[in-house]
Amino acid sequence: MNARPLVVTASPHLRSRDSTPRIMWHVVGSLVPIIAAATWLFGASALLVIAAATLGALVTERAFGQSGTLWDGSAMITGLLLGLTLPAGLPLWMAGLGGAFGIGFGKLVFGGLGQNVFNPALVGRAFLQAAFPVAITTWPVHGGSFWSLRGDNFALPLMRGDMPDAVTAATPLGLMKFEGAESPVLDMLFGYTGGSLGETSALLIVLCGLYLAARRYLNWRIPVGILITVAVAAAALHAVNPRYPDALFMISSGGLTLGAVFMATDLVTSPITNAGRWIFAAGIGILVVVIRIWGGLPEGVMYAILLMNAVVPFINRATQPRVFGTVKRGRSG
Amino acid sequence: MLLQRFGFRHGVHPPEFKEQTAGIPIRRLPFPEEVVLPLRQHAGKPARLCVKPGDHVERGDKVGEADGFMSVPVHASAAGTVTSVEWWPHIDGSMSMCVRVAVDRYAMQAARPRLVPAWDGLTIDQVVKAVQDAGVVGLGGAAFPTHVKLSPPKDLTIETIVVNGAECEPYLTSDHRIMVEYPERVHFGIRVMMHALGVKRTVVGIEKNKPDAIAALTRTLPSDLDITILPLTVKYPQGAEKMLIHAVTGREVPSGRLPVSVGVLVQNVGSVAAIAEVFETGMPLIERIVTVSGHGVREPGNFIVPVGTKLADLLAHCGGFTDAAAEVIVGGPMMGIAQASLEAPVTRGTTGVVVLAADETRRPESYPCIHCGKCLEACPVFLNPSALGEFARKDLLDEMEAMHLADCMLCGSCSYVCPSNIPLAQLFSLSKAAVRRRKAAAA
Repeated sequence: MNARPLVVTASPHLRSRDSTPRIMWHVVGSLVPIIAAATWLFGASALLVIAAATLGALVTERAFGQSGTLWDGSAMITGLLLGLTLPAGLPLWMAGLGGAFGIGFGKLVFGGLGQNVFNPALVGRAFLQAAFPVAITTWPVHGGSFWSLRGDNFALPLMRGDMPDAVTAATPLGLMKFEGAESPVLDMLFGYTGGSLGETSALLIVLCGLYLAARRYLNWRIPVGILITVAVAAAALHAVNPRYPDALFMISSGGLTLGAVFMATDLVTSPITNAGRWIFAAGIGILVVVIRIWGGLPEGVMYAILLMNAVVPFINRATQPRVFGTVKRGRSG
Repeated sequence: MLLQRFGFRHGVHPPEFKEQTAGIPIRRLPFPEEVVLPLRQHAGKPARLCVKPGDHVERGDKVGEADGFMSVPVHASAAGTVTSVEWWPHIDGSMSMCVRVAVDRYAMQAARPRLVPAWDGLTIDQVVKAVQDAGVVGLGGAAFPTHVKLSPPKDLTIETIVVNGAECEPYLTSDHRIMVEYPERVHFGIRVMMHALGVKRTVVGIEKNKPDAIAALTRTLPSDLDITILPLTVKYPQGAEKMLIHAVTGREVPSGRLPVSVGVLVQNVGSVAAIAEVFETGMPLIERIVTVSGHGVREPGNFIVPVGTKLADLLAHCGGFTDAAAEVIVGGPMMGIAQASLEAPVTRGTTGVVVLAADETRRPESYPCIHCGKCLEACPVFLNPSALGEFARKDLLDEMEAMHLADCMLCGSCSYVCPSNIPLAQLFSLSKAAVRRRKAAAA
């Protein structure tokens, strides 16, 4: 009976079925419907841009990351999420560069998975926003056949892409900010407005988020907290001065739902305590409203999340739970 | 608050797998050819050897004397001849000094006639002495000497006895079967303790997944004692002393203090039955009920096993391994110890032997911490295992102590839920040992 070799491991000897790759690939799976919707709305250009961003992220992870980290799925998420924040007409080399920058400078320089402070997809997007401010705010309209490109997707790197026939449209937030015009709320809920690939259909994003939350791969407190904060702040401002947009417009427009459901909930860059998650969410909500209404940009979700990412260590430290059997709050790291 | 009274916050829900043995009545294991009796099978000082090779021992004779108050004697679990005293594998993974007894296969295995102490005529000191002489220790796994628990500091009083029938570890059913088959013995043990300590109130906490145990103890409830049978939420680690006290009394045992500081004495249900046996038959603790279970063993069951029976003999009696068997664990799969040698003997603290199949064992690969916070929501004492784990990897012991490493009970809930499969409990166990070594060096 002693002939067989015995496994000897430290306790506990059982473990739950959840694993980090399993969580990551579930997030990837839940992004598929959103990508499909983007393709439905923007045609082949959508797929091309998302694929380019993802390829940039994966190649960088493979080249500079530790071996095997490609299969944990996290670089895939970064690439897909970055792609979803880009306009359909973006030259592909820019999208790929953004993915590479997001993984390289948003994640790998910190030490790879779990070590980064900022959401890598948003680091990539912030880089593109700074480097190519015009290209990244050129929003194509819907319609046209599947194969018609929505811009100069195949422009060569660093050449000035000319877009003779591209028809562009302003986003609802841009219209609100610069022209004082409102967009129909139903169009925003279903995605028939100008905007980035995945920023358009609020309803679909919420559905995908509900799936992840039901499987407990996403902490519901963060999106709920962000949406409530934005709604309350917007409603209060609207009540004081009707010139400001109302709560429903604020919630359903721009990248708020994508940011609240998929970006702010990034496990690595959000707080670890539930109390901290509420604080984090409230901070993002307030910053979104402040940037959208008083800032120089029409949209503020990206900067709101990145700014709150930076204070996560402090939030974690301040919200340590009380250790069982102690009276005072324990010091923490 | 109502919810909190019968359970605790946080914790995990591992699969129970108790159905394998929960319905199997306790059977007596035949005497093996040899018993190996470790002199150290309880918390505290090891027993002092009092036999030599060649001596004949009857069943129940001492082979080791208690070495001071924080110690208990060790008794022969079968009649036979002492063949040697030597270092032998221990179930905790170390080697320990053991008395090897070749069992006399023609012996009656009847104990010498002995005096049964009259429980109601004894003072508390006499009860404590009788319990120590019988070698009764905590049978829930920690093997803390029971007589020490029955001797609280003079300035503290015990108001409530809490009997631990939670048995929250997966697979294990030995406590369950004791409650189902020997409810009167449990109540008698409670009676002896209440009488000796002058305690008016006892609560028996049992997880709700053992309705037959709850029914058996309720049916046999003595009318003259204030004993409450309290069904508890099914959650790991419900049977941890501090969690159980919180569930039963709503009070938190202060960090670093003993349960008696909130007026509570906790005894495992098996220990209570062992106390009863001392005053029923006079027999010392030489055998215990062990669950043999798991998907890697052919014929699982609950057995009365002589202390000192080698794991190999016990498993052979259970039909041996299935083809899938991979890991042998003494104790439950959450806190038990994986065995490298099946020569190690069953001790007084051995609640069960679980043989896991290959696909159940932990996988070696682990990922970086993604700060998902699942460990914080699992930790029953509200630590931050994620941060503690990062400190442990860097040997930052001061930081770990400041974050209440000492309050960690090594229940393994954090490791269980960790999606990155980080061996948190193992890291904390190593860090605790490092802290102990550092304190010892400083002293």
